Parts: sequence; structure tokens; C-alpha cells
Amino acid sequence: MEDRIHAHGAERPTLSIRDLSVEFPKREGAVKVVDKVSLDVWPREIVGVIGESGSGKTLTSLAALRLLPKRAQATGSIKLGERSILDLSERDMRGLRGDRLAFIPQDAMRSLNPTMRVGRQIGEPLVLHRKTPWKQAVDAAAKLLKSVHVRDAEDRIRNYPHNFSGGMQQRAMIAMGLALEPELLIADEPTTALDVTVQAQVLKLLKEIRDSHGTSILFITHDLGVVAELCDWVYVMYRGRIVEEGTVRRIFTTPREDYTRMLLAATPTIFDQRAELS
Amino acid sequence: MSLSGLDPQTRFDFGRWRLVIIGGLLVGLVLAAAIFAPWIAPYSPLEFDVVEMLQPPSTAHWLGTDELGRDVLSRAIYAARISMQVALLAVTVGLVGGTLIGTIAAYFGGWVDAILMRTMDLLFSFPAILLAVVLMASLGNSVWNAMIAIGLVFIPGFSRLARASTQSVLRQQYVEAARTIGMSDVQIIFREILPNIVAPLLVEAAVAFAYAVLLESALSFLGLGAQPPDASWGNMLSTGRGFMAQAPWLSLVPGMAMFICVLGFNLLGDGLRDVFDPHMRH
Repeated sequence: MEDRIHAHGAERPTLSIRDLSVEFPKREGAVKVVDKVSLDVWPREIVGVIGESGSGKTLTSLAALRLLPKRAQATGSIKLGERSILDLSERDMRGLRGDRLAFIPQDAMRSLNPTMRVGRQIGEPLVLHRKTPWKQAVDAAAKLLKSVHVRDAEDRIRNYPHNFSGGMQQRAMIAMGLALEPELLIADEPTTALDVTVQAQVLKLLKEIRDSHGTSILFITHDLGVVAELCDWVYVMYRGRIVEEGTVRRIFTTPREDYTRMLLAATPTIFDQRAELS
Repeated sequence: MSLSGLDPQTRFDFGRWRLVIIGGLLVGLVLAAAIFAPWIAPYSPLEFDVVEMLQPPSTAHWLGTDELGRDVLSRAIYAARISMQVALLAVTVGLVGGTLIGTIAAYFGGWVDAILMRTMDLLFSFPAILLAVVLMASLGNSVWNAMIAIGLVFIPGFSRLARASTQSVLRQQYVEAARTIGMSDVQIIFREILPNIVAPLLVEAAVAFAYAVLLESALSFLGLGAQPPDASWGNMLSTGRGFMAQAPWLSLVPGMAMFICVLGFNLLGDGLRDVFDPHMRH
């Protein structure tokens, strides 16, 4: 068995999913989109879930937030620390979202309310969960925005989302996620909409957050390059199942499953391009 | 930096605001008349003077006098008060009630949506004037009841608009994002949805305002709503009808006042729609 360094000395995983299945009932019988998925995220660990569109990776992350579409039925167990997510009341679950458990979406522009100043949005979790007065929440937002390396953060909090560039919007979403120092950050393809240089900056920022705040990160992506750069441990998902797991190095050098090999082979590299050009 | 050397954010674009300004001026004129009536009106609207009855416009009575010798200009100015009061309250009732019903229907969907919107369809299927008359008949004759009746007539329209706007906002990711930070349904409705559907509702409110003025006049014309001797444009028209040949100013003056008022609110509504509509920008 490979060595999962983050599991050493830790009492329990931050997030532990066991035999999670998600089904959509239909007249002809249920459609199983996630099939007995088990995965762990240990404290201070960045875990990547990689898979193609429709492999069930996003639904797995939504199940952890308990924000699946109404018709979906989830079975199995999801534990955040000691709390059993699927058994909590709706009220307790609301208390966890944005507080102990933060989510960073794919498309930051469309995830910010266009009618609300950025500072208020970043500070909103403080108001919702800690009853912080708005003024203090907005002051805290300026500090948060600064911590994710947005320049002139004190002025920028008064801007509306459309005044921000794509990279800044994603940083604002990350700042909002960090507002209450969550135990776990779930990021669903947060860099897909960004260009490569900004993408690299955001990945660096996520690593920095793990190092300075000790946050565990569950990173959902289809991009092998991002996984290679960022993650400590990788799960490969295919057709609703986890087909392989391991350290990034092991997955990339000696993939055991055919699907992982295909996935690796499908990634264009600089060498392939050269071959095509000549 | 734009070519003219001015920051495009600060430069005022008259073309875009043209209709709003013209409409706003007309509306402002009527509102000023309504608010400052006691100071503007040259005579009391109720003061009789049998000697001066049915006088054509003159320097003493700029817009003539009516069948009881009352100053028509003064009555038209005071009538603006009633019209504005009724329209303001009626639009408020329609806007608040309709927005509430439409937003709740769209947000919760399913049978809540079905029950609320079918009720609205039922209300909508009555002709507006008939519905108002029926409501007035059951509520009793008074300006206050006219406001409520007209307001109820407006609820279905506002609720449909609010429901459609809410449905489009609900598909936006920021509503989903609000859930991920732990917002409740009520918080989502007030912080995420309402601020994003205000623009179309305000446009509708301006147009409804014009319609409310017309409806109130129609009710008063039929003898419902404002009761003589109180002046309203509707009952002034109604009495003027009997003197069309001898004293046409009796009908013309309230008619013109209504025309200015309705035109103003319609221009304002159209203008606001253009200003708010992102597709019309530049």
C-alpha cells in the first residue's frame, strides 16, 4: 500500500465518504449516477477527484454539501469530522455550509450576485453564521481579499462583481470561502474558466491556504495538469465509480487501471504537438 | 479613456435618459400640483358662485367655471391630489401583493405555484373595469375602497411578471452559491432574488400608475370612487358631459389633465425600461 502521509498521526479524516450512491428514480427504474464511492480527505491534505464529464464527480461533491437536486436520492455515509451529513436536520446543515464546509464554484462571475458589492458578499458568511455587524464583516472582507492577493483590497470591496477581472472574481469567491476558516474547502473546477497564468496563480493560492490555515481541500477537476501540480492524493472516477486511487506520482508513473492509462494518453503534451507539426 | 477625453462612466448620456426626463417632467408637474394644491390653486375647489357659473376662460378664471360657478383650474389641481393618492396606494398594493405572490410561486413551485397562479388567472380573466366595479360594489363607495379595488386589479399582472423574473433569476448560479454559504429560503428571496427583479417591476409600476389614474377616473365617472362635491378628473368629466355644447372646457380640462398625467407615466415607464435593459445599452 502506498504511503498516505497526511493520514499519519491524524485522529480521523476531515471528510470521510463511505459507499455513497446517488440515484435518480425514474419510471423504468433508478439511474445510478454515483455508485458506492468511498473517499477520504485527511487534515491538511489536498485531494483531487479526476474524471470526465458525467463521471459523477460533481454530484459527489454536492452530496457532501447536501445540495443535490431534489429528485436525487443519496445513500451511504458522509462524515465531516464526527458529524454525519446525511442525518443532520436542514437547519443544522445550513449552519455547516459556509462555516465548517465551504464551496468554491467553477464560474465565479456567475456565482456573485450582480446587485451586491463584493465586500458585502465576502463578509456575508460572517453575518449569517456569527451575527457579525455588517460594518465589521465588510472590514473583515477587505482583509480576506488582501490575503488572497487582490491589490487595493480596501477600495476593491466597494466594487460590484462586474468591475472585477475573472481571476479577481475567483479570488473573491475563495476569500468568501475562507471567511470562517472552514475545515474543508470543496473546489469544483475552480480554474477551468481561467486562462493558464491566472490558473497557476489560483493553484498557488490554494496551496498557500492549506499551508497557512491548515484547511483540507477536495479538488474536483478533469484537468490532469492541475492535479499533478496541486494534489497530494488522487481518486480517478469513471462512470460513477472510483476506479483507482494513489499518490500523484504513482498514478502518473504507473497507472494500474486501463481507464487511467487512457486518460493519461488522452492528454496532449508538448511532444505530441511537435510530432504533429513535423 | 474615451475619445472625447471624458470618462464614459461619468459622462451623462442624454439620449438614453431622454424619455425618463420628459416623462419625469410631466409627472413632476402633476405631482407638484397634487402636493402644493392649496398654494397653487387660485380659488377654493368647492366655493360656489352662482353669478359666475359656466363662464368661458378669462383672466379671472383661466380655465373658466363650471355649472356651479366653481373655478375649473382649481378643481383640476385638487383632483390631481385624489388621482395621485389613489394611484400611489393602488400601485403599492399591486406591487407588494403581486411581487410576494409571484416570487413565492416561482420559488417553491409545485402545488404552491399551481394554486397561486391559477387564482391569479381567475382574477386576470375578469375585465379590469368590471372587476373594479364589482369590488367597489361589495366594499362600498369611497376613495379608500377605490384604492384597494384598483390595487387588487393590479395584483395578477405584477405577480406574473415577478414569477417570470424570479424563475430566470433562480436559474442563476449566484442563487446556488448563496445556498453553499448556508442561506435560508427567506434570506435567498430577500437578498438574492428581490434586488435582481426590481428593475422590470419598477417599469411595470410606472405603467400601472398611468393605468391606475385612468381606472380611478373611470370609477369616478361612473359615480364610484370620489364623491361630489370633491373634485376628481372622472367626476368633472362626468358633469362636463352634460354641458358639452355650452361649456366644452368643462370636459376638455380634466381630459387634458389626464392626458398629461398618463402620457408622463407612460414615457417614464418606457424610458426606464430602455435604461434598465442591458441589451439597449450603446
